[in-house]
Amino acid sequence: MAITTIKSAYWKGFRDGAPFLLVVGPFALLFGVLAIEAGLNVFETMAFSIVVIAGAAQFTALQLMDENAPTVIVLASALAVNLRMAMYSASLTPYIGAAPLWQRALAAYFTVDQSYACSVAQYEKEPDMTVPERMAYFAGAVSPVCPMWYVFTLVGALIGAQIPDGWALDFALPITFLALVTPMLRTPAHVIAALVAIVASLVTAGVPYSLGLILSGVAGMVAGAQAEVWLEARKGGQQ
Amino acid sequence: MIDPVTLWTVIIGLGVGSFALRFAFTGLVGNRPMPAWLLRHLRYTAVAILPALVAPQVVWPGATDGQMDAPRLMAALATVAIGLATKNVFAAIIGGAVTLYALLYLLG
Repeated sequence: MAITTIKSAYWKGFRDGAPFLLVVGPFALLFGVLAIEAGLNVFETMAFSIVVIAGAAQFTALQLMDENAPTVIVLASALAVNLRMAMYSASLTPYIGAAPLWQRALAAYFTVDQSYACSVAQYEKEPDMTVPERMAYFAGAVSPVCPMWYVFTLVGALIGAQIPDGWALDFALPITFLALVTPMLRTPAHVIAALVAIVASLVTAGVPYSLGLILSGVAGMVAGAQAEVWLEARKGGQQ
Repeated sequence: MIDPVTLWTVIIGLGVGSFALRFAFTGLVGNRPMPAWLLRHLRYTAVAILPALVAPQVVWPGATDGQMDAPRLMAALATVAIGLATKNVFAAIIGGAVTLYALLYLLG
C-alpha cells in the first residue's frame, strides 16, 4: 500500500514500530532494576534514561561506574557503544537531510536502533515518499517505543529494591547483550569482529582503568573492516 | 556506591555525546557522502564492543568473585546458540535465563 498522506505515514510507522515494544519494555525494566541495585535513586535513574535514551550505552556506563572505572573511560566506552548511532545518522541523511533543522534535531534525539531499522527499511521500499511523509513515518515509529523506554525504566526503578539476590540479576546484562548481538552477526566479517573483540577482551582483562574494553573494541572494528575488504576482494577475484 | 559527581558527569556527558553522534550527519553533514573506510569501521562497533564488554563477565563473573561458574558459562553459550538459530532477541534472552536458573537450581 502506497503512503499518500502525512497522517497515514505516521500510522504506518506506528504499526511498524509497535512490535519493538516487546524488546524495549523488558530492556528498560532491567535498566531501572540494575540502576537501583547500583545505588542510583529513582530521579537519577530516570534522568539517565531520558537524557541518554540509549540502552546498551546506559548499561555499559552503569557497569563501568559500578566497577569504579575512571570517568573518562566510562564516557569513552559508552560513547563507543553508541558510535553506531553516527552510522544511523549518516544513513538517514540522504532521506531526511532536507527537513527543517528542528525536526532533524528531534529525529536525532529519537534515533535508536528500532526507529532507525524501521525507517530505513521503509524509505528504501518506497523511494517516492516526500520528506514530510518520511518525518511523519519516523515520528510514528518512535511513538510506541520511546515513551515506553521512560515508563518501563520507572517501573524497574520502583520495583528494583525488592528483587532478592537469589535471582542472579548480575547475569541479566550479559545474557541481554549476547542476545542483542547474536542476530547482528549477519556476515563472516561481523563474526570475525566479534570473535577478535572477545579474545582481545579476555587477553586485556588485566589492563587497568578498563582500557581493555576500548582496545578490544578497536581491535574488533579493525578486524571486521579488514575482513570485509579481504572477503570482497576474494569474491571479486572469483568472478 | 557510585559517586554523585561521577554519575552526573556521565549522565550529562553521555547525553551530550550521544546526541552529537546522532546529529553529526543528519544535522551537519547534509547530503555529502561519508568516506567508505569510516562507514566500514562504524559497521562493526556494536558487534565488537558489546561482546568485549560481557566476555570477561561470562568467564570470570563478579558474583562468584571471579571463579569460573558453570551455570553462567552455559547460560551464555545457550543464549548465543539460540540467538544464532532463531535470530530472535527475545527467544535468546528467555533461553539463556531458563538455562541459568535451571543449572543454578540443579548445581546449587
